[in-house]
Amino acid sequence: MKTAAALFVCLLLAGSAFAKEAAPLAQDPATEKRMIDITSELRCLVCQNESLAASQAELANDLREEVRKLIKQGKTDDEVKDYLVVRYGDFVLYRPPVKSTTWLLWGGPFLLLAVGIAALIAYLRRRSGRVAVTAELSEEDKKRAEALLKEPQ
Amino acid sequence: MNRFLLPLGLFIVLAVFLAIGLNRDPREVPSPLVGKPAPDFVVPQVDTGKNFSPKDMLGQVWLLNVWSTWCVTCRIEHPLLVAAAKKGGLPPVVGLSYKEVRGDMNADASELPPDGELALARQRAANWLARHGDPYLLSALDVDGRVGIDYGVYGVPETYLIDKTGTIRYKQIGAITAESLEKTILPLAKELEK
Repeated sequence: MKTAAALFVCLLLAGSAFAKEAAPLAQDPATEKRMIDITSELRCLVCQNESLAASQAELANDLREEVRKLIKQGKTDDEVKDYLVVRYGDFVLYRPPVKSTTWLLWGGPFLLLAVGIAALIAYLRRRSGRVAVTAELSEEDKKRAEALLKEPQ
Repeated sequence: MNRFLLPLGLFIVLAVFLAIGLNRDPREVPSPLVGKPAPDFVVPQVDTGKNFSPKDMLGQVWLLNVWSTWCVTCRIEHPLLVAAAKKGGLPPVVGLSYKEVRGDMNADASELPPDGELALARQRAANWLARHGDPYLLSALDVDGRVGIDYGVYGVPETYLIDKTGTIRYKQIGAITAESLEKTILPLAKELEK
């Protein structure tokens, strides 16, 4: 069902750019494994919520084929990723690089954490201040409290 | 009063972020190729036996329009290009027929020899242009989609505005609309022409 839905979305998005599956070039399991390792970290541009490894979009087929070729040419994983980034941008990477445009993306959660901790500290300080004030009893209050405690049950 | 201001402020910030997010088209991925030299390629042309390379267009401001006959959105875009080309003022447009045969789910390219696929693509593109009008300076064939990969094409139609030095200046993802043509492409082309 999920696959059918994904296929349908792909069809819609691809503007009918869809065709039968290309015959896999690599019969060699090592290449295939590396290809899958690399493409699982990459986003398919046609079905944006699918990885390049999982997508059935035609472009994903072409790109997997391209990755196989690059692996056979002896390219490293990073070189293969760069090849795709040069063409499709950082958007294809599920782990975007840390740079000036993405610092908020990477740092944002820590920033929120810092804000949360600061708010918590401020709240706790305010509360302990309040407790300290109410803890001071006057002589009269103390006597009254003692009297109450001594009272038979 | 103050204790309501903070949640209200946070709510407004969140609402603004979500509103911006909703109004952005996730299909429009900014191309890293804008500002970079247009990748070189050599592919056969549709009508003649000659080849086409972007180098042939050096010294001119031009558009590279990636299309195919099986692409539904191209059918919406095409009349606009035909009309604009007729009216004048449009930079020369080179049509690049993208995966004409193997991209079509209704055609079977696997049985064809490589030459046969090229011949069929040529014939299909030529027929289509004869029927729907030809706005192109020339048409070239990217039979296997290799050029498309170098240009980061991920869905046809896509159009690149390329300047005199062969640098990509703008990429239109999806169909060119009357608005994008008038407000973005033509003014930018005019500026690059200077």
